[in-house]
Amino acid sequence: MATKQIIRMTVNGEDVELLVEARESLLEVLREKLELTGAKEGCNNGNCGACSVIFDGRLVNSCLVLAVEADGKTITTVEGIARPDRLHPAQRAFLEEAALQCGVCTPGFIVASKALLDQNPNPTEEEIRRFLAGNLCRCTGYHKIVLAVQKAAAMMQEGV
Amino acid sequence: MKPIDYVRARTLDEAVLLLRQGGERARVLAGGTDLIVQVRENRRDVDLFVDIKNIPETNRLEYDPEHGLTLGAAVPCYRIYGNPAVAKAYPGLIDAVAMIGSVQIQGRATVGGNLCNASPAADSIPPMIVYRGVCHIYGPQGSRVVPVEEFCTGPGQTVLGPGELLVWIHFPPPERHAQAHYLRFTPRNEMDIAVAGSAAYVRLNGERIASARVALSAVAPTPLFVPEVGEYLAGKEITDEVIRQAGELAKAAARPITDMRGTAEQRKHLSAVLTRRALRGAIQRAQEA
Repeated sequence: MATKQIIRMTVNGEDVELLVEARESLLEVLREKLELTGAKEGCNNGNCGACSVIFDGRLVNSCLVLAVEADGKTITTVEGIARPDRLHPAQRAFLEEAALQCGVCTPGFIVASKALLDQNPNPTEEEIRRFLAGNLCRCTGYHKIVLAVQKAAAMMQEGV
Repeated sequence: MKPIDYVRARTLDEAVLLLRQGGERARVLAGGTDLIVQVRENRRDVDLFVDIKNIPETNRLEYDPEHGLTLGAAVPCYRIYGNPAVAKAYPGLIDAVAMIGSVQIQGRATVGGNLCNASPAADSIPPMIVYRGVCHIYGPQGSRVVPVEEFCTGPGQTVLGPGELLVWIHFPPPERHAQAHYLRFTPRNEMDIAVAGSAAYVRLNGERIASARVALSAVAPTPLFVPEVGEYLAGKEITDEVIRQAGELAKAAARPITDMRGTAEQRKHLSAVLTRRALRGAIQRAQEA
């Protein structure tokens, strides 16, 4: 038993086809087979959000999705958020506000912030804190991260 | 994770066949937010995941004021609170599905999975009990129905027999001058598991409570329906003393344990406090309904 299966998915705009085992998580396949190492394995049980990706338009923990469940799905990782010539406003704002220290949680926060700003372009501080509750940071703390998301929202409103 | 098999079932019959063949080591996979972690951490011995997310019946999310709500077992939380008609008709259910885990978890986790995982602390189960949810089960012998309050039989245990799966939960339409509220106590605002929780449903007749239902989380081996509270409240005028007495009845019914999240004593106390507040919240919503 434990057969391998071929899956097809669209990752950061590119169609990929690969052979996976059912026990492999989407996170493992992204990192080890597609070499997209932006999504991080923090807790591997859905608490920390370091593996956050956008899965058919929804923010999810890629450690809690099996790669076989991603067959036919569209996935955006942190590597797919910037344009070729320009970082996403959330990425620029995190840099400008120094909203990171060791950086392990940062890709998850960037992806979650993009998901928030796509559905709510002008979130309150309370809305930011609630939306990002599934992303844990163990060094910088949350204040600068919230400021960065507010700045990213302002940048997006101004179209810069 | 150890080697495992996975099949994406397309029909209920295919899922039942796979579950029968797989026996106790086959497990239905819905959102996976509990199951994948349990298998990865060797807390559940599973050889086969039967994915039910591509079966039409388990994806039903249908509401109309005449027939009520049909909530498929594979419908994730975000689809429930993202549906304005459902959110307006069943706000007590929304209280729960919008507080389970994080946004990431709510993007995958299903209410059907919350039921079948059968945690005593499951947030969505008390509101489903007070809204009179009925589980529609399909299996080798065909279909059967079980009220939500009878579905869980112990921690992690349900009434599902060999080859059976939960297809959907059905709720009657909202009554006039009636509504529900669910709340829980957690040390943190987000990303936590209930120390205790209480769901209350009330139907009003002017200044009086015509009928009520209360169910508790995390104070017994299963989510706990407390019919004594409803029996006491029926026909009573809404006063502080009546609400207090209802809380005491909930407290008396609670039979909690002490664990890492709280002591039995704290949980008893919380059962009274949360039930009073849930009743007040439900009454306010019922007055506005």
